[in-house]
Amino acid sequence: MNPMDNELTPRDNEFGLAKAAAESAPILDQSAGSFFKQLQGFWVTFIMQFKKVNTVQYPEVKEPTAERFHGRHQLNRHPDGLEKCIGCELCAWACPADAIYVEGGDNTPDAQFSPGERYGKVYQINYLRCVFCGLCIEACPTRALTMTNEYELADESRSKLIFEKEDLLAPLRAGMLMPPHPMYPGSTDTTYYKGEVPGADPSQGATTNV
Amino acid sequence: MTPENAVMTDVEMVTVVIDGFDVTVPKGTLVIRAAEKLGIQIPRFCDHPLLSPAGACRQCLVDIEINGRAFPKPQASCTIPVENGMIVKTQLTSEVADKAQKGIMELLLINHPLDCPVCDKGGECPLQNQAMSNGRSESRYEGVKRTFEKPVSISSQVLLDRERCVLCARCTRFSEEIAGDPFITLNERGALQQVGIYEKDPFLSYFSGNTVQICPVGALTGASYRFRSRPFDLVSTPSACEHCASGCSMRTDVRRGKTLRRLAGEDAEVNEEWNCDKGRWAFKYISSKERIAGPMVRGEDGELHEASWPQALARAAAGLKGKRAGVLVGGRSTVEDAYAYAKFARVALNTNDIDFRSRLHSDEEAVFLASRGVNFNVSYRDLDKADHVVLVDFEPEDESPIVFLRLYKQVRKRGLKVTTLSPVLSRGSEKLGAAIVEDIASISGLSEKSVIVVGERAAEVIGQFTSVVKLAQSTKAKVAWIPRRAGEVGAVVAGAIGNLLPGGRPVADPAARVDIASVWGVESLPAAHGKATWEILEAAGDGRLDAVVIGGVDPLDISSEALGQLLGASTFVLSLEISHSAITAIADVVLPVAAVSEKSGSFLNWEGRPRFFEKAIADSLTRSDLRILSMLADEMGTPINLPSSQAAAKELQSIGEWDGAKADAPSVSPATLTAPSGDQAILHSWRQLLDLGTLQNGEPNLAGTARAAHVLISANRAKSLGLSNGDLVKVSTARGSITAPAQIGKISDSAIWVPRNSIGSQCIANLGAASGLVVTVVKA
Repeated sequence: MNPMDNELTPRDNEFGLAKAAAESAPILDQSAGSFFKQLQGFWVTFIMQFKKVNTVQYPEVKEPTAERFHGRHQLNRHPDGLEKCIGCELCAWACPADAIYVEGGDNTPDAQFSPGERYGKVYQINYLRCVFCGLCIEACPTRALTMTNEYELADESRSKLIFEKEDLLAPLRAGMLMPPHPMYPGSTDTTYYKGEVPGADPSQGATTNV
Repeated sequence: MTPENAVMTDVEMVTVVIDGFDVTVPKGTLVIRAAEKLGIQIPRFCDHPLLSPAGACRQCLVDIEINGRAFPKPQASCTIPVENGMIVKTQLTSEVADKAQKGIMELLLINHPLDCPVCDKGGECPLQNQAMSNGRSESRYEGVKRTFEKPVSISSQVLLDRERCVLCARCTRFSEEIAGDPFITLNERGALQQVGIYEKDPFLSYFSGNTVQICPVGALTGASYRFRSRPFDLVSTPSACEHCASGCSMRTDVRRGKTLRRLAGEDAEVNEEWNCDKGRWAFKYISSKERIAGPMVRGEDGELHEASWPQALARAAAGLKGKRAGVLVGGRSTVEDAYAYAKFARVALNTNDIDFRSRLHSDEEAVFLASRGVNFNVSYRDLDKADHVVLVDFEPEDESPIVFLRLYKQVRKRGLKVTTLSPVLSRGSEKLGAAIVEDIASISGLSEKSVIVVGERAAEVIGQFTSVVKLAQSTKAKVAWIPRRAGEVGAVVAGAIGNLLPGGRPVADPAARVDIASVWGVESLPAAHGKATWEILEAAGDGRLDAVVIGGVDPLDISSEALGQLLGASTFVLSLEISHSAITAIADVVLPVAAVSEKSGSFLNWEGRPRFFEKAIADSLTRSDLRILSMLADEMGTPINLPSSQAAAKELQSIGEWDGAKADAPSVSPATLTAPSGDQAILHSWRQLLDLGTLQNGEPNLAGTARAAHVLISANRAKSLGLSNGDLVKVSTARGSITAPAQIGKISDSAIWVPRNSIGSQCIANLGAASGLVVTVVKA
């Protein structure tokens, strides 16, 4: 069998020159039917004047994106404020554009940033490289990394488009404490992953006024 | 036919059929190994060629038929030796075997957690690989996996994730059979079976890192590498270990310009597949905060200031040119660097005052080394075949751990006779079943198949080398000199000692000097016998030398006065160092040099076997000692022309071995020691493998398994002092004292032993001496 001879190979009789030549022939036809066909084309243009305009006056007007739009990343937190990122670097490995750089660090009893042994010490996403494919989000084993709908990612220098961990971390919500702080009393990392930690306990540190 | 092959034909051979192919192997070969010969891979976890068969994991099940009679069920191919008439069907030809293997894999995976994305082993994991090649593609298990608390610390270095374990018993077998430290075992039974440690005996083995390396899943992980990286992130370079003269082959794994881990390499002739924890984990000194970033020059204000290379080299050249200078190489240089020091001393400084020995040493030792030449004619293989091994002032487990493993292997296998010339029965000697002998004259039972291993501490006993040589001559036993540091053997061959030129040529021999002078393209070489380290320091102190060039030397390794001597008489000190040290603190010019992982080169291990290594950190900007010495020699107008380690190696090779007469063997009569009385005792010490050594800096996990300082005393002395185990003892001299818990052990009544350089017990700093000294021992 000819290796070229598969269904993806275009053939002369379908898309080839011979067919194009055959289709272009009627344009030369000077009959009344041909004149009507030309009017049909002008009519489409004419009728568009009375249709609703789709143009949005960005940036004065901003429309919400689709719900699952791939925008800027966010590093999420557990309900008590501890970071979800464990510094495993799987996002960096999944990234086809090599836009993510992660360095993990050890949690110590004095400085606990995430439940368990490790946390993301350095976390950078280079938005000059990111293609917003979302493979990093699929790779993340703790749902630490998700994408927001924020799409306004332009700036005047290259360095400003390398987002650091502070830029990516989700803001503290009510009931959260700024890490480092100890884990929820009586909890393990499993408790956190099962979603059984309701929010920061007073014993984890000074109460937040958020 | 080579002799090895000739031996092979003496062995009875057996032919078996595996998957329809005939294979002939020596009798006793395991089925799994015979299949390997055919290139048939049977999946396995517990099987390891250097460990005894266990049949623990059951993954290697195959169908076996002998003389037409089939086993009713699939058998573990890692435990069954081949026999004539055996027909083996592996998973490739037998559906039963394939189904059995898939079933075992499924059972192993039931409780194995889905840690793979974050597990250290992921990417180089036999379980991962074989689950793909020999497992079912989908899991049928819908229950809840068994979990344990994770991780459990087996020691400060080794962590255990129990749910990842497949109970192959590789780690426990290694610890028992290879290291002789049976401190871990399989506890409990059934689904709760797990690797555990004894409550009272911590896993303080010098070889514990190997269990991490041979673990076929990620159950055992190294604390310092855990979660740092994955195999596919790493750039691996074959390398050699810089820590001792055993000469282990290693693999250095680097990520983002930083060494993340080192693994034991495979070299059947040397380290087999093992190494010690120091070699595996002591590499953080490279990235220490004390690392010297650039050249430094001492200014008018007496402080060191950063300088450019041209400035520093000009200043160093001015301080050395035309001056009377000595060179202290340090015991850790590569062969090529040592050769550069040797050539630099002779060509640029016109002196033989060069010594690599940065420890207690003697002239007798230098004579012994010169008389030995550079072709030692003794190797690990001789230890394997020996009928009797005598250890003279040498403690293999602490001072050359792979030598210990080799000896222990033979002791286990065939009850090799080991005698140690020492008043102390150490833990290592005890494992070797060694007999203690205190007088070298009473050693008997040596033949030409015996090996006398003499350590560097023989230099601390007057007349010891002389007695060893005499003993060897009278019995025809082989003599192996095993120093502690990796660079010492290479330094002897490179001529970095006062009485030898490169290739073992005696300085005193005019023909040898002409030989070398013609290679180096100089008129003549200095003829005077070079000073030893202690003489160089003394001469620097009293003004007989104007300048000293110092490589990696810790003055407290030599004597308590060494540093003071260097400060005396306005000596110019040029220091070539990795990190800030006691020497750089007093040096006039400090030039930063490359660490082992930042350069290429080679060491010679105690056999004289070259151990080459490549530059592991490719983008390092540091320069090796020989490159710097070459630049400095150019600056002084007396070039040594050694632009690279390759050039140095080539030149040293072209010089070759000395074929003339060797120096005479040492002849020093032993000193008679004064017998101690009452509270007095004779001090004995050696360096433990894990101690305060500078190359172990920056690795707290490793330091966590160091053996704690203690004073070893005999039962009689303990009784007379009214001591029991753990009571504090004070060992003192006029200079100072060491106070540490007593440990009652097998040691001569007149002696005590303390570690030489451990936390709380630094002999030279605390007592002013390291051995042979009479000390006072009292209850603290």
